[in-house]
Amino acid sequence: MSPAFWSAADTARRIAVGEVTATQVVEAQLARIAAIDGELGAYLAVDAAGALAAAADVDRRRAANQPIGPLAGVPIALKDVLVTRGLATTAASKILEGWIPPYDAHVVEKLRAADAIILGKVNCDEFAMGSSTENSAYRKTRNPWNAERVPGGSSGGSSAAVAAGLCAASLGTDTGGSIRQPAAFCGVVGLKPTYGRVSRWGVVAFASSLDQVGPLTRTVADAALVLQAIAGFDPRDSTSLDAPVPRFADGLTGDIRGLRIGLPQEYFEAMDDDVRAAVARAAGALVERGAETVDLSLPHTGLALAAYYLIAPAEASSNLARFDGVRYGRRVEAASLTEMYARTRGAGFGPEVKRRIMLGTYALRSGYYDAYYKKAQQIRTLIKRDFDRAFKYCDVILTPTTPTPAFAFGAKATPVEMYLADVFTLSCNLAGLPGISVPCGLAGDGLPIGAQLLGRALDEATLLRTAAVIEAAVGLGEQRPAGVAGLAGLAGPAGPAGAAGPGGLDGPAIPGGAA
Amino acid sequence: MPELTRTEVEEIALLARLRLEPDELDRMQRELGAILEHFQTIAAVDTTGVPPMVHAVPMDLRLRVDVPEPSLPAELALAGAPRREADLLVVPSSIAPGRTGTGTEP
Amino acid sequence: MTQPRPGRQTLADGLAQGTPRAAGDDVPGMPRGSSSSLAKPLEDWEPVIGLEVHVQLATRTKIFSPSAIEFGAPPNSLTDPLVLGLPGTLPVFNHAVLQLALKLGVATSSQIRARSRFARKHYFYPDLPKGYQISQFEEPLCENGHLDVILRGGLKRVKLQRIHLEEDAGKTTHVGVSSHVDLNRAGVPLVEVVTAPELGSAEEAGEFMRSLLRLVRWLEISDGDMEKGQMRCDANVSIRRRGEDRLGTRTELKNINSFRFVENAIEHEIARQIRMLESGERIVRETRLWDADRGQSQPMRSKEEANDYRYFPDPDLPPLVVDGLIMASILRSIPELPGVRYDRYQRVLGVSSDDARTLVSERSLADYFDAVVAAHPGDRSGRMLANWVLTELLGALHATGTPVARSPMAPATLSALVVLIESGTISGKIGKEVFEESFRTGEAPATIIERRGLQQISDTAVLWEIINRVVAANPKQAEAYTVGGKDGLFGFFVGAVMKETKGRANPVITSDLLHKRLGR
Ligand SMILES: [Mg+2]
Ligand SMILES: [Zn+2]
Repeated sequence: MSPAFWSAADTARRIAVGEVTATQVVEAQLARIAAIDGELGAYLAVDAAGALAAAADVDRRRAANQPIGPLAGVPIALKDVLVTRGLATTAASKILEGWIPPYDAHVVEKLRAADAIILGKVNCDEFAMGSSTENSAYRKTRNPWNAERVPGGSSGGSSAAVAAGLCAASLGTDTGGSIRQPAAFCGVVGLKPTYGRVSRWGVVAFASSLDQVGPLTRTVADAALVLQAIAGFDPRDSTSLDAPVPRFADGLTGDIRGLRIGLPQEYFEAMDDDVRAAVARAAGALVERGAETVDLSLPHTGLALAAYYLIAPAEASSNLARFDGVRYGRRVEAASLTEMYARTRGAGFGPEVKRRIMLGTYALRSGYYDAYYKKAQQIRTLIKRDFDRAFKYCDVILTPTTPTPAFAFGAKATPVEMYLADVFTLSCNLAGLPGISVPCGLAGDGLPIGAQLLGRALDEATLLRTAAVIEAAVGLGEQRPAGVAGLAGLAGPAGPAGAAGPGGLDGPAIPGGAA
Repeated sequence: MPELTRTEVEEIALLARLRLEPDELDRMQRELGAILEHFQTIAAVDTTGVPPMVHAVPMDLRLRVDVPEPSLPAELALAGAPRREADLLVVPSSIAPGRTGTGTEP
Repeated sequence: MTQPRPGRQTLADGLAQGTPRAAGDDVPGMPRGSSSSLAKPLEDWEPVIGLEVHVQLATRTKIFSPSAIEFGAPPNSLTDPLVLGLPGTLPVFNHAVLQLALKLGVATSSQIRARSRFARKHYFYPDLPKGYQISQFEEPLCENGHLDVILRGGLKRVKLQRIHLEEDAGKTTHVGVSSHVDLNRAGVPLVEVVTAPELGSAEEAGEFMRSLLRLVRWLEISDGDMEKGQMRCDANVSIRRRGEDRLGTRTELKNINSFRFVENAIEHEIARQIRMLESGERIVRETRLWDADRGQSQPMRSKEEANDYRYFPDPDLPPLVVDGLIMASILRSIPELPGVRYDRYQRVLGVSSDDARTLVSERSLADYFDAVVAAHPGDRSGRMLANWVLTELLGALHATGTPVARSPMAPATLSALVVLIESGTISGKIGKEVFEESFRTGEAPATIIERRGLQQISDTAVLWEIINRVVAANPKQAEAYTVGGKDGLFGFFVGAVMKETKGRANPVITSDLLHKRLGR
């Protein structure tokens, strides 16, 4: 028995019917982590004792015919920016080394309440700042499809662990694409919910007006299942939306007849040919199932990157001011208070974090605020208005998740180059909208490609329904990654690029698209 | 937008309480300069009359009832503190040596 | 809620408890600006003072988390993950803070913003856990209000630029080369009241503080106890040559954390600035820390630590919306304000301005006085009732350390006593005796008078007989008065009649009859 690639839904079902125990599933996962993760580098901490205890509890209750939750026994890995009571939480930063939180994040409480098993904490870019997980202060996480490629970021530990079968699902956070981009790079599904859909209580803040927690899973149905468990109103987050949460799984009908798919021209300008072709195939598959495409324009897209890289660092510089060596975390002693702060923070933060703190501090200074932060917030309004207008003509927007598949370690030599990796994903955060990345084939070099769907606020249901159609038509199917030692023997080798899907479509100019 | 000077970089680093080594300062000046260059794109956009968007989803502030919940025991509250004396956090003095008294900044 | 704390003898309490007029018509214990040394220079120089006053709102929990508030609790025992600034925590606003702040906004006739916003103010300090203070910056809750300061010459209307909401920091204590930090106070709700720079002297600044203290207690939104840090004052001080329009360079005085230092500290700063300008030096714009122990101020931070607060709207907190419904409930809850009562006591009740000022020094005193007036049948007795409240009642309360609100004598009893005096049943002098006994025992004045036979003797026949007896017994004095013209002896005969009647003789009738009997 290998539960490694069972879906979360399947795992829960098998445990519920008694086909397997939660303890067996967890033991198998722990063994697999021990075998593979030394090379893969997804986990920062594995809570074997906690996971086994939780599994035993599920098994005991199931045996006693007591009710068990919808995720009972499903092993889940948490991005290390999610606060876990009694379990070290580092945000992949030296400055938080050794910090044991006295409380659980809202999403962690919700997962525990659903009887999910927390396997451990996974790697990410330090404080979720990055697009490759190279900014972790602790370890390098490899892309399971190709050990020389990055897993994406900042939720790279999450995407790698899910893709490699080291957990059934993972929670990541997405501030400018940090769930969707690594999901695309690792060939898994990644969903960023509407801002306010999932509580941020217990999420180590990067950029408060952009951050959202969401699932990374191997199937669209699993994304629906996990989102169901974590979504909903939380009075501890003043930006949490008090809106009804639909039953997401019920919406996965496969019926997309009459659905209008918007193709924004600005998202199809510069990208790899493989990516363009794969997204075109996804669009074609949707049309085949009865959707129609709509060419449209989101004219302020070109300003999103600059607006994002002002807003996010500004908020980050503020959110990271609390890491001062006074109440928790590492301190570098010094004779004066100012020196203690400066040394603690100088030694505790990595280069990218420091860069963003500097950038944000620069932009918020008095006399600069209007020209930078406020201006960026105005641009944000323009971007939001673009989407509002677009959603009068379409129900969901389809774009590539990233311009290229996973890049090599060290490939992005300058910060600006790295920032450009997020160019397709960050508008969604600026506008507060939900977005999902779903695999839509492999590139010529065997690396996965993601299609991104963006929806109206609170309309995750339509995203999931549409993504499930793409998954069924042009998804990766049973193809598993084999790029990291230990994986090949456990799963079949990757199939050739573009093997699946109807093919023959070129670029976004989909026949039948309305103006 | 003005060029970023070395002095400015040092001032920002002090404001952000980040000790940067000389080579870090050099690199920061270069990299921040390049990033700021990139921001030129939005400087040119006319945003007259466009309201700044502070929150992604419009909503009003919710109000909480004024009812206390149990505090963290001091032991737990201070568990992660790098330095403490009894139930107080300890830091290097923020005022000139020799002076005593209490005070709260601004 | 304002909790009476028996036994407190802070100076601010002297104000709040009201004080008997006998002790002086000013608030005792409050140093009047000891301005003798400044008198001369102030002929040439005009001080311009603006205050920023932080007032702790009397809520049960902190502004953004349900952590309890309690003075004097063991260090770091009143925290939670939010108060500690732990990663991942988020603020949730306490509605009681809004209620209390709105009362102050309405009571100062401020414009209340329908949508106000919280902003983050950044600086690094060990008692500021998040590295920023949640405050309000561009869109504060209240703007353009005013506070009527009751000076001895009458009301002065001081403009309030803004009243905004913010959280308090913790407490840092400097011990040798270290500082100790207690975060119990972190997150306690504050309003910051910012005046326009239009206070003209240290004394006016002190009066402003007293008026604000009175108002927050009046509204029951804060205890305002400066000794407990519930009210703190920063002062922006500048001086200019009289007649000059342009403002001089200002300094900001911080850490004026006791009521008694407000005037001292400002006075001292005015004197320092005059000294500097007169000796040709320039004032530097800086923040100075008042050191009460040494009675002097020092620059607070060096230039290298100059701050830039990098305000921006807090993305964790959507706009604070005040709708008509909230405003209606606040408006209903506002009592008649001190300035209005001060005015009414003078115009409607004929009370002197000094008495009116003392009566409104505390709400419970003014409420007591209003209850006495309400119980009183006549409408011409305001002056006399004020007199009785301020002299006898306050004197007795003060002597026994009893707050007005717990006076053993009910307002109706005091009113009844005054009725007995006004109707001539007893004299004013006997009235004081009756008051003393009634205050002490709780017995009704009428009963005391009856039991002790203290009714005034106004019967002409009875008094004529007594006078005859007295004159007959003192023939030499009678002759000296009538024939010898020694006017001073008239008092001797009044005294003798009073002695005979144990003070019960109606003084007016007695005087009339004596004149008749002695022939002039
Ligand atoms: Mg201030
Ligand atoms: Zn303040």
